Amino acid sequence: MGKYLLRRILQMIPVVLGTTLLVYALVFALPGDPVKAMFGDKPVNESVAAQIRAEYNLDKPFLVQYLLFLKNAFTLDFGNTFSGQPVIDEISRAFPVTIKLALMAFCFEAIFGCVFGVISGLKKGKWYDSVILIVSLLLISVPTFVTGFLGQYFLGVKWSILPVTAGSNPGFFDLLMPAMVLGSVSMAYIIRLARSEVSSNVSLDYVRTARAKGMSNRSVIFRHILRNSMIPVVTYLGQDLGALMGGAMITEQIFNIHGIGFLTYQSILKGEANMVVSVVTLLTLVFVVCNLLVDMLYAALDPRIRYA
Amino acid sequence: MTDINTTLPGQERYVAPLEETPLQTVDTVDESAPATSMWSDAWRTLRRNPLFIISAILIVFIIFVALFPGVFTKTDPNYCTLDDSLEPARPGHPFGFDMQGCDVYARVIYGTRTSLSVGILSTLIVVAVGTLIGAIAGFCGGWIDAVLSRIVDIFMAIPMLLGAIVVLQMFRTVTSIWKVVLVLALFGWVSTARIARGAVLSSKNLEFNTASTALGSTPMRNLFRHILPNSLAPIIVIATTSLGSYIVSEATLSFLGIGLPSTTVSWGGDISNAQSILRTDPMVLFYPSVALAVTVLAFIMMGDAVKDALDPKSRTA
Amino acid sequence: MKKKVMAIAAGVCTLGMLLSGCGGSGSTASAGNVITAFNSEPQNALIPGDTNETGGGKVGQLLFANLVRYDSKGETKMEVADSIEPNKDATQYTIKLKDGWKFTDGTPVTAESFTKSWSYTANAKNAQKCSSFFSSIKGYDKLQDADSLKGDEQLEGLKVQDDKTFTVDLNSPNSVFPIMVGYLAFAPLPESFYKDPKAFGEKPVGNGMYKLDKWDHNSQIVLTKNGDYKGEDKPKNDGVTFKIYTDTDAAYADVQAGNLDVMDTVPASATKTFESDSKVEAYNKAGSVIQTFTIPAGLKHWETSTEEGQLRRQALSMAINRENIVSKVLNGVGTPATDFIAPVIPGYSDDLKGSDNLKYNESKAKELWAKADAISKYDGKLTFSFNADGGAKPIYDAIVNSVKNTLGIDVATNPMPTFQEFRDAVSQRKIEGAFRTGWQPDYPSPENYLYQLYDSDAADGHGSNDGDYKNAEVDELLSKAASSPSADEQNKLYQQAEEILLEQLPAIPLYYSNANGVAAKGIKNFEMDWQNQPIYENLSK
Repeated sequence: MGKYLLRRILQMIPVVLGTTLLVYALVFALPGDPVKAMFGDKPVNESVAAQIRAEYNLDKPFLVQYLLFLKNAFTLDFGNTFSGQPVIDEISRAFPVTIKLALMAFCFEAIFGCVFGVISGLKKGKWYDSVILIVSLLLISVPTFVTGFLGQYFLGVKWSILPVTAGSNPGFFDLLMPAMVLGSVSMAYIIRLARSEVSSNVSLDYVRTARAKGMSNRSVIFRHILRNSMIPVVTYLGQDLGALMGGAMITEQIFNIHGIGFLTYQSILKGEANMVVSVVTLLTLVFVVCNLLVDMLYAALDPRIRYA
Repeated sequence: MTDINTTLPGQERYVAPLEETPLQTVDTVDESAPATSMWSDAWRTLRRNPLFIISAILIVFIIFVALFPGVFTKTDPNYCTLDDSLEPARPGHPFGFDMQGCDVYARVIYGTRTSLSVGILSTLIVVAVGTLIGAIAGFCGGWIDAVLSRIVDIFMAIPMLLGAIVVLQMFRTVTSIWKVVLVLALFGWVSTARIARGAVLSSKNLEFNTASTALGSTPMRNLFRHILPNSLAPIIVIATTSLGSYIVSEATLSFLGIGLPSTTVSWGGDISNAQSILRTDPMVLFYPSVALAVTVLAFIMMGDAVKDALDPKSRTA
Repeated sequence: MKKKVMAIAAGVCTLGMLLSGCGGSGSTASAGNVITAFNSEPQNALIPGDTNETGGGKVGQLLFANLVRYDSKGETKMEVADSIEPNKDATQYTIKLKDGWKFTDGTPVTAESFTKSWSYTANAKNAQKCSSFFSSIKGYDKLQDADSLKGDEQLEGLKVQDDKTFTVDLNSPNSVFPIMVGYLAFAPLPESFYKDPKAFGEKPVGNGMYKLDKWDHNSQIVLTKNGDYKGEDKPKNDGVTFKIYTDTDAAYADVQAGNLDVMDTVPASATKTFESDSKVEAYNKAGSVIQTFTIPAGLKHWETSTEEGQLRRQALSMAINRENIVSKVLNGVGTPATDFIAPVIPGYSDDLKGSDNLKYNESKAKELWAKADAISKYDGKLTFSFNADGGAKPIYDAIVNSVKNTLGIDVATNPMPTFQEFRDAVSQRKIEGAFRTGWQPDYPSPENYLYQLYDSDAADGHGSNDGDYKNAEVDELLSKAASSPSADEQNKLYQQAEEILLEQLPAIPLYYSNANGVAAKGIKNFEMDWQNQPIYENLSK
């Protein structure tokens, strides 16, 4: 096991290198000229533009730019944004908020998704199964901007139950509504997944055996059915934490959260390679670690899965 | 394998009062029945499932609308005049008009083709590619798994916006939906691959697999005949559920100016256009959303039925 | 009952005073009279010469006081300058400063505070984005070869006479120079700036109405009243705190909920309702930003110099129902355009000769188009390019529909995903069709619109004449106006130039963006100025 872990950790090196190269290339391939765009609709002073290009190494060929970035990154210098802020500062401001939001959304979708999914799967065909189906269907088909707006308008502006926007340094209550909005779509997926797995496990032989042995309903559900139903759910959850961090752009905009999603979106539009690469690399690490945890969980859930 | 209703009278007394297979069906073997394959089995189960029948009718209807929109409306979905902006429903225009003064009903009807094709094609490609890669990774393990899984990790972290702008830039002049399908598939397959890998991992150690290996089955045959069918359930669930999200994503791309030309009518496009008037005129958003929801519902139900039919675990009855 | 409330209120006041420590000034405006305002994160350090977008501009304007100041109506008033006197042909100005002005670090504002600042910005070595504002000053060209410069070379056209006097030599006559110097890039800088410009950009020291207390990036910019401010109109509040938002919708919701006092824009989703929204105070009046689209002057069939091209441009312009677009798409936060400048700019007119070309006229449009077709048949497709990240899509959808329905020709939108891609395509002249243009003025003068956008000097990448429109007559009128001393005379000349533009339509004016915004209930004196900005210093609670 220890060897396996070590191998997985060593694998991060090519992953990080691959990601940075790929993303740097993608940003480089973005059409347009980020420096010209800094002048807005106004005339561009070419000699000033040249100075700025030189400052950000934008005047050099792609590979040189990339290697320079990489070289500096080794000393934890990820360069500056076009507004002169160190990339590392921007990220360290945005990251804690994003982690908070993503973890809250994650807990929300994991708990409610599993509970509703399991109930639905155990009672397949009953009326609450149908209700849960309709609700999850709604969450899937209604775009996030609608859920966000409705939540913000009614819970925030109209009834003043929850804060309207999160702002900087948000606390638990500030992020409650955004987390629910953010997690709702994934929750629907988890409901569907859990329901499908539970319902197909419920009638299997070993469950019958367990019941025949006189095991209580509760332990049958928890020890047997759930344990055997969790692999797809855990897989989905594992990859979703990273997705919640990087893909929360719409939620962040609606609730004025200065997080990673919005930062990435803005820097892609501006063509800030340093920022985009740094954020994406960070997210890759999150994905790698989450997926490693998920693989470990597989072995815990299903002893037959073993890693050498 | 026979119908539950043929149980002999009085038989039930001997069976534990659980929702399970009556003993008789387990014990009797119908010698005269033809040898059945997985697929014909599935088909027989499906035919009798009301969920399947309803969803099939719905899907056939939606496909019909997509193929022959002219049957349902004579209004040109691209004729828009601000004089009609946000006008309420009137005879001939049952859903009213959107902000640009286009007929909402006609746009919902004509949007079906684009949205349905984007949804179905993306889902098919994602399922095919994702399942294949995930299954290989899970089944082979070792360095193959390591390489494939790390590629998945990288793809997961790349923001779709960034990839989409760059990829679609290469196809700026292409107007077909394939470029959008390509981008959605390019960023969609990773999720399916992870799910497929997990499912394959958990079913490759099951008894039937060991049994069939003992009987001399090759690993590849095992993978395709036994392991994959046993792993399909979560893949189908994810696939049918995400069909709707592909339809919406198409809109995001078009909204960014990198998707389909603005003359292409689609539900997603209309949903995102209606975003700014959500506060005042929610009905404009409502109709395409309902069309989307009904389509997703049909495919989810269909997916459930197919999954029940195909999944060996669910076919104990 | 009432008494009890009063007592509690008094208690709160005392507590407030105790907590704030001093509180002995006796003024009724307590520390609570701080206005919170919407802003986006400034895209540059807060250095006047490097600030070229509204996020930083709003803040900069409150932090720095220039030679002159524009009042809410766009009239220019002396601020730090005591007098700005031109010579006969408006090529040299002598500027005298008032006494007593100080930066918030205590150092006095001298002639050198201005000349060194202007030279710094003009000097290409320092990579300041507003450097081209100084191109009319003598010696600018010598400061453009960044490789041979150190960064501290001065503009030779600026000469300090004494502590409070300096002269400016210009390359050519420029009657709007005294107006131009009110633009933020012309702000004075204290000596401390040159020691560490980077640190200054984080915590600028100015001479304006407010001083910067702190700037928490992506969160807030806190300004407090500058007690030493020498200008005539003192702030009516104790400070302005700009809150940084990711999105206007979020800010609007905060104004509705009473968490934010004022915002200088209204999100598209609220334009229909904000004036009747009982939770907010609304403002909506014609403003200074003009929205146009440009068809390259040399585009085949659309040449500004041929009769066919002019007929097509006029037909296209008349095929667009601006009234409808403004009322149905913009929900009234714009005003249909009638000229090439804007209603709040001196010299504006709504009945210039040819302004009918900007009015929707279906039959005339068809007639003119047929006439053009008689000269040379048109079977191409006209595309309208714009950047999709700026919210212009509904406007261009509406334009395309309007043109299609009126003229029956093949038109389509061509959105580009990012602003940078769009601007790059424009500046490289890669767009073969119409493209979005617009102008937000830097200072209230027709010159800022017309010269920058339609003079031959500004064509071919030297300015913002992105359609490369060249017309000797227009050039001559503009240069005559630049050397004319009288404002009336100038406006007359500008209007003559505009009449030519109205006929040839190098760009087709669509509408003026209104100054529109909302304030929370209970905010006093909510008004917006000619720059579509709330007059922050007048707001109070």
